[in-house]
Amino acid sequence: MLLFLRTWQLGIKSLLLHPLRSLLTVLGIFIGVASVIWLLAIGEGISRKAQEQIEGLGANNVIVRSIKPPSEVTEGMRGPVPYGITRRDFEAITETVPTISRALPIRELRRRFSYSTRMVDGRLVGCTPEYAEVTKLEVARGRFLSDADVRDKQNHCVLASGTAERLFPFEDPVGRSIHIEEAYYVIVGVMKPRNPTAGIGGSLAAQDFANDVYIPISTLWSRIGDFIVTRRSGSFEGEIVELSQVTLRVDEVKNVLETSELIKQTLASRHRIEDWGITVPLELLEQARTTRLMFIIFMGLIAAISLVVGGIGIMNIMLATVTERTREIGIRRALGAKRRDIIRQFLVETVALSVVGGATGVLVGLTCRPVTGWVRYLVERLLPDVIEQLPEVIKTVEPSVVPWSIPLAFFISVTIGVVFGLYPAMRAAAMDPIEALRHE
Amino acid sequence: MKLAASVQQVTKEYVLDGETVRALRGVTLEVPEGDYVAVMGASGSGKSTLLNLLGCLDRPTSGKLLLGEDDVSQLSDDRLSEIRASRIGFIFQSYNLIPQLTVLENIQVPLYYQGRLTARERDRCHELAGMVGLADRLKHRPTQLSGGQQQRVAIARSLVNDPYFILADEPTGNLDSVTTEEILGLLDALNEAGKTIIMVTHEDDVGARAKRIIRLRDGNVLSDARQQQKRKAVIRH
Repeated sequence: MLLFLRTWQLGIKSLLLHPLRSLLTVLGIFIGVASVIWLLAIGEGISRKAQEQIEGLGANNVIVRSIKPPSEVTEGMRGPVPYGITRRDFEAITETVPTISRALPIRELRRRFSYSTRMVDGRLVGCTPEYAEVTKLEVARGRFLSDADVRDKQNHCVLASGTAERLFPFEDPVGRSIHIEEAYYVIVGVMKPRNPTAGIGGSLAAQDFANDVYIPISTLWSRIGDFIVTRRSGSFEGEIVELSQVTLRVDEVKNVLETSELIKQTLASRHRIEDWGITVPLELLEQARTTRLMFIIFMGLIAAISLVVGGIGIMNIMLATVTERTREIGIRRALGAKRRDIIRQFLVETVALSVVGGATGVLVGLTCRPVTGWVRYLVERLLPDVIEQLPEVIKTVEPSVVPWSIPLAFFISVTIGVVFGLYPAMRAAAMDPIEALRHE
Repeated sequence: MKLAASVQQVTKEYVLDGETVRALRGVTLEVPEGDYVAVMGASGSGKSTLLNLLGCLDRPTSGKLLLGEDDVSQLSDDRLSEIRASRIGFIFQSYNLIPQLTVLENIQVPLYYQGRLTARERDRCHELAGMVGLADRLKHRPTQLSGGQQQRVAIARSLVNDPYFILADEPTGNLDSVTTEEILGLLDALNEAGKTIIMVTHEDDVGARAKRIIRLRDGNVLSDARQQQKRKAVIRH
C-alpha cells in the first residue's frame, strides 16, 4: 500500500517538474471529456423537447384521418367525390377491435361564424364530449358539450378563446346565439386559450385551436351534412366527407402498435383507394427515440474524436518524456527496477494526467446548463438580430446532463490514459539498461 | 574464504554494425569477500563489459558467473533485476542520482524496488546518510549538491541493500583531486569495515588504492596482482 502511494507520489512529482507541459496535456483530455458531457446534454435537451411535443398527442392514441385523394385518382369520376373515413368504418373499427377503450369521431369544416355585425372565419368542429380531454382543452366559462347534447342533436356550441374574444369583445358569450350557415347555435361554454400543437411528419397539420367553434357531431351531421361545396377559382367543387378524423384511445400502451396494425388492415380492406392516413404518436415517439440515438452516436463520435486527439497529445508528450528521461530509466533499471516497474511508473503518470483532465472535464461538464443560459443571455443582449433568426429549438433548448455520461466520460479518459500511455511506457521498459545509462 | 563473486571462463560477444565484437575472451577471476579490486585497462580492453556482467546488467555469452552462491549467468531479466535491487551496490562516474528525488529518497530507491520500505529500513537510510556526512542535507535535491556530495549520496545508496559487493565505475572520474581523495578515503573505510569493492578505473593512482589490481587487455586478463596495503583509512563521521 505504501509502495503504491509512493509510485503515485513519484509520478505526480515528475509531472509537476514540468507544470506547463502537464497542463497542456491535461487540457486535451479536459476538452474531450467536457465536450462529451456537453454534447450529450444538449442532444438530450433537444430530443426531450421533441418528445414532449409528441407526448402532447398522447402515447395511447391512434389517430386516423381522412385524406383527399390526389386528382389523378379521382379523375373521370363525375359529380362530388366521396372520400375518407365513413361512419360505417368508424363502427367497424370500434366494434371489431377489442383493445380500443374510447373512440372520438371528429368532423372539421371551414365556416364563417357571425354574431350581429361581427364575423370570424374559423374551424367548425363536430365532436363528442371527450374531445376537450383528448386535446387537453380546458373550460374557461360555462361547460363543454355533454353526452345529452350529442344524443339530442342540440344546437349548442362551445367557443374557443379566440373566437369568443372576436365575436364578443365586450359581453359574456355564454347564453347568446351565434349564426353558422342558416342556423343559430346557443353558446354553452368558452374554452381557455391553448398553444398550437406541433405538426408532425406531415401527417398531422399543426392545429391552431384559437378560432374554433365546437358543436355536437350529431348536430353537424344532421344540420350541415356530409356534402360540402368549396368555391375554387370560379368553379365549384363538391366533396362528400363523413369524418375528418377519428382519435382512438387504446386501453394499454403495449397494445398500441398491434391495435394500429389492426386498424390499418380494417381500413385497407374497406377502401379501394388510399383516402385515409393513420398517425401513431407512439411510433413517432419511437422514431424520436431512434433520432435521439443517432444524435447521441453522432455527438459521441465528435466527442470521441476530440478525446482521441487528447490521447494522442498525451502519447506525444510521454514519448518525449521517455526520451528525455532515458538516463533516469537506466538508473532505475540498474538499481533493480523490473520492466514492469518502469511500465507502471509511466502509466501512473499518464493515468494521473488523464484522471485530472477527466475530473475537471466532468466538473465543467456539469456547468453546461447555467453556461448555456449565460451564452444565450449574452447573445440576446449583443446580437438580437441573430437570435431572431435561430430556430425555436435552439432558442429554448435546456441542456440536461445525462447521468450516465459522467461515469462514461471519466472511464473513457482513464482508458485513454492507459491506452495511449502504454506504448511510451513499453518503449521505456524495453530499453537496454546499459544503453540507457550511457545516454546523455 | 567465502567468495563475493566468481567469474569462470566467461566470454561475451555482441554484434555491432554487422561485425561480431569479442569483448571478453574467457576471463576467470575470483573476488573473495572483503577484497578491494581495481579493474584496469585501456578503453576497449573489456573492463566495462566485465563490469556490466558483474552488475547483472547483462548476461555472458558463455561461461559461469557466480555471485555469492547464485549462478546468475543465465537468469531472466526479472530475476537479474531482483538481484540488482537486493545484492549489488552501484557507484557511477556521473553519480546517476534521480534529479526529482531528494537525497533521502535517492538512497531509498533500491529498497523501493525490493518492495520493502519499512520504518526500520528508512531509519537505516538516515544512518547511511549520516555515515557519508550528509545528515543535514536529507531534503536537498541532487542539483543543490556538489559533485563530491552527490557521489557520497551514491555511496550511501550503494550500501542500502547490504550488497555482495560495491561496483564502482570510475567513481572519481568527474571529481577534482581534493574530492577524489575524500571519496577514495570513504571507500577505503568501507573496505576496512568489511565491504567488498570492485572498482573500474583507468587512473593508476586511483587503482593504487586497491588491494589488488587486475589488468585487462583485448578481453583477456593480462595480470592479477595483489599489492601491499599502504595506509589505514579512518571512517568519517
